[in-house]
Amino acid sequence: MRKALAVYRKEWRQILRDRRTLLILVFVPAFFLLLYGYALNWDIRHIALAVEDRDNSPESRALVSAFVNSSYFDQVALIHSPAEAERLLDANEARAVLVIPERFGRDVTNGVSPQVQVLINGDNANTATTVIGYATSIVRGAGVSLRGAPPAGPRLSAEPRIWYNPELRSTLFLVPGLIAYILMITAVISTALSIVKEKEVGTIEQVRMAPIGTFPFVVGKSIPYFLISLTSAALIILAAMALFGLPMRGNWLSLLLALSLFIAGALGTGLLISTAADTQQVAFQAAMLTSFLPTLMLSGFIFPISSMPRALQLITYVVPARYFLVALRGIVLKGTPLWLLAPQMMALTIYALAMLALASVRLAREAR
Amino acid sequence: MDKNRNAIEVRRLTRRFGGFVAVSDVSFDVREGEIFGFLGSNGAGKSTTIRMLCGLLAPTSGHATVGGVDVTRDPEGVKRRIGYMSQRFSLYELLTVDQNIRFFGGIYGLDDARLAERRRFVIDMAGLAGREQTLARDLAGGWRQRLALGCAILHEPRILFLDEPTGGVDPLSRRHFWRLIDTLSQSGVTVLVTTHYLDEAERCHRVALIHAGKLAAIGTTTEVKQIFSGRPILEIRTDRPVDAMRILDATSGVEKTSLFGTALHVVLRGRDVTPERLVSPLRAQGIAVESVAEVAPSLEDVFLEVIDRAGGTAA
Repeated sequence: MRKALAVYRKEWRQILRDRRTLLILVFVPAFFLLLYGYALNWDIRHIALAVEDRDNSPESRALVSAFVNSSYFDQVALIHSPAEAERLLDANEARAVLVIPERFGRDVTNGVSPQVQVLINGDNANTATTVIGYATSIVRGAGVSLRGAPPAGPRLSAEPRIWYNPELRSTLFLVPGLIAYILMITAVISTALSIVKEKEVGTIEQVRMAPIGTFPFVVGKSIPYFLISLTSAALIILAAMALFGLPMRGNWLSLLLALSLFIAGALGTGLLISTAADTQQVAFQAAMLTSFLPTLMLSGFIFPISSMPRALQLITYVVPARYFLVALRGIVLKGTPLWLLAPQMMALTIYALAMLALASVRLAREAR
Repeated sequence: MDKNRNAIEVRRLTRRFGGFVAVSDVSFDVREGEIFGFLGSNGAGKSTTIRMLCGLLAPTSGHATVGGVDVTRDPEGVKRRIGYMSQRFSLYELLTVDQNIRFFGGIYGLDDARLAERRRFVIDMAGLAGREQTLARDLAGGWRQRLALGCAILHEPRILFLDEPTGGVDPLSRRHFWRLIDTLSQSGVTVLVTTHYLDEAERCHRVALIHAGKLAAIGTTTEVKQIFSGRPILEIRTDRPVDAMRILDATSGVEKTSLFGTALHVVLRGRDVTPERLVSPLRAQGIAVESVAEVAPSLEDVFLEVIDRAGGTAA
């Protein structure tokens, strides 16, 4: 215990003395968040909208205002014929056309469900889908049902209702992934490098000559990085709340638990890497391959796991971020209670224990 | 301290790395309070032997006890009884003198009272009073070396391993350091030191020469020099030593020649070879001979002889 404490204190002193590294550990994550948070943004705003208002009633004008005020659409033209609509879409001057029929205002007053038409340029499927989402949500907000284009097919009207993120803002979906990614970088890299650095300088040899077991050494060495990673996570989350309107619908303690388990796994990974790598460069590359890339590609952060090929899907089972993301999105966006996240929490616990055990065994063996 | 008790006993110690035999069948004893020098060129197996004796590396075969503890069975027990300091002065550069002492005291499990007492002792011994808050990386070589030694003896080990402790340190600091070693030895601490400074080897009570993983000679420095008994060594100074070497190597009665700075050391096959028999062929070739004198063998002569006998070359 006294020995672990000595290692713990020493590690803190080294970290605090090395201001630059500390700043990198604490503030670069927040910087990453800004960078990715603004760049990785699939939201579409300022969509050029042409309006063909055949009704020109207070009700129809209210609907047009609803579109413009949403900030998703900019009205670029007021047109009077379907031919004009076609020309504007062809010329790419408008991405969408809102057609309001003659009897719109009257139907609204009479309580008859009126229908409007939205023509959308579908050359970019992603954008088109998003625009449909916005239009649906605005029209529903205005209390009418939407008849989408093309109008062929049976007259079935589906009313999608999106929970937790009604505007489908991609930032809300991406931020938890970013937190996982950034924590993976700080926790894995800082732990791995701190030990490999000692190997390079030779101080680890001196420590191995002392009667200190692997366990107190690992514990004393990891706890500072654990605390720094946790602080870093808290900063990211607070920044995401302030800047991107990330909600916090769940329990803070659940969040702390999920973060702790995930960071413990990342520290274990870092320790394990440090047992295999002899130089900081090798350690860094190993961390890239085993931690960052899987967290980025195979966790469901950017690409949905369900649409991956089967072989890749199997790999995702050993990527801790996969479970962490489900837990994090659940707690933050949905307020999911902890007991519903038990499988994810179990998976994170198993991963952390496995990594720490493997790293301890390898460190102990190296000592002989 | 009991001069007749062995602090370290090594029996047929062997360590292989794959097909490479780093240490082969090495046996020796070190008595309590002795300063024991471990000599050899780089890669001869010195560090591997030390690592085994410190419980850091398991022997492939053979065994060793350090402070009465078997290094294979109880490496942790060995670590509690020994101090270790290496050529690289493994201090934490970003910690102050004081913080380094506290850290090493901590991992050796010293309690606060004992740490405070030992801290004073180390600061005093290393002459670091007033520099407690200096970062280790800002200390000059000699101080760093003494601080490293201090950190290695915080827990008052009875046995101390020094792995090339004076590399890269100025001569004055080296003298200062050896005075500390002498003091420790007088207080009963056994010191096993590796070095390739042969003047330092002369300060050891006994030395062992290790070459290509094998123990080549062991004893007091006087004893190991007996390897040359009956074969006098002449030191010849000339203006053209390299040419002189070539001629002497072809002269009968000369076993071998080697260059020592600007002088030549000539090992003769026996006492019957007179200096005149060597000098005349040199003069015949127009080489001016400044002086010829019989010298006592130096450890360096012994070292070269050992390598020659092993049929190898110095690394």
